[in-house]
Amino acid sequence: MGVDNPLGDNIITTSLDSLVNWARKSSIWPMTFGLACCAIEMMATGAAKHDLDRFGIIFRASPRQADCIIIAGTVTKKMLPVIQTVYEQMPEPKWVVAMGACACSGGIFDTYSVVQGIDEALPVDVYIPGCPPRPEALLYGLMKLQDKIMKEKNSFGSSIGMGERLEPAA
Amino acid sequence: MAENNRAVVKLQERFADSVLESKEFRGETTVVVKKEKILEVLKCLKQDLGYNFLTDVTAVDYLGQEPRFMVVYHLYSIPNKERIRIKAPVTESDCTIDSACALWKTADWLEREVYDLMGIRFNNHPNMVRILMTDDWVGHPLRKDYPLQGPDREPYKGRLS
Repeated sequence: MGVDNPLGDNIITTSLDSLVNWARKSSIWPMTFGLACCAIEMMATGAAKHDLDRFGIIFRASPRQADCIIIAGTVTKKMLPVIQTVYEQMPEPKWVVAMGACACSGGIFDTYSVVQGIDEALPVDVYIPGCPPRPEALLYGLMKLQDKIMKEKNSFGSSIGMGERLEPAA
Repeated sequence: MAENNRAVVKLQERFADSVLESKEFRGETTVVVKKEKILEVLKCLKQDLGYNFLTDVTAVDYLGQEPRFMVVYHLYSIPNKERIRIKAPVTESDCTIDSACALWKTADWLEREVYDLMGIRFNNHPNMVRILMTDDWVGHPLRKDYPLQGPDREPYKGRLS
């Protein structure tokens, strides 16, 4: 007897980009960063019932270890420099998810103190509408981000200093 | 009636020429006094009449009226379980009033909030800087003539316009 090895020593052929993209989309580590009520839904999405861990999405408490930031809530003009600092501290490659009406467009807070959409400051990859979006909506948005990551070109080359990472046209 | 209130009677006795108005509405007593005497009135209320807790300092902007602003002090007497509201009119041209920081430490942040959002300066305040808005903010957002969506944006005129 012994350990069965029915498939033997096999190889698969794939493109390097597909492998790197697959690894990246399967381990999106978002920054633990909540701004308002959307953060409560984001926590619910991470908790047992919806369980973000099954996508390999694990919240990290440091921007140095994160490759995604979910802007979960209202961005005030006073908070914006903090968010920009956190975003700049994240290593490449990095993605931004705008969660909820406030992060997408300012939402109901059409006032002097609120940034009218985080896309005024950061490059947003996925917009998730809702006030706040339900965990299902956040899950769907993150799956859309995974789809987007899978379509990227030159993922490996750009990480060893050869050229730029090409993002698919939306 | 406000005339039956012990504190109102005492204030009218001691500051006869400074009490502009006193009224009672739905069990709430309000006394309007001249701003020059505000510190003495508050001191009298705190030390002689037992109103030892400063609940809130705020301000109202009556744009178009003169005097334009009204600084409002809400006091509570913990021993007597009584509340009183003191108001002091402040003009736009001389937008200052004496600070109550010497009487209550809590007045520090409350007065900074009034300064930040309404632009009323408090004399003898230990740290008269903004508390809510960023330090480089221009203007005072809770003034009635401050544009709601900020000075750098086209004002919203309704979705059908």
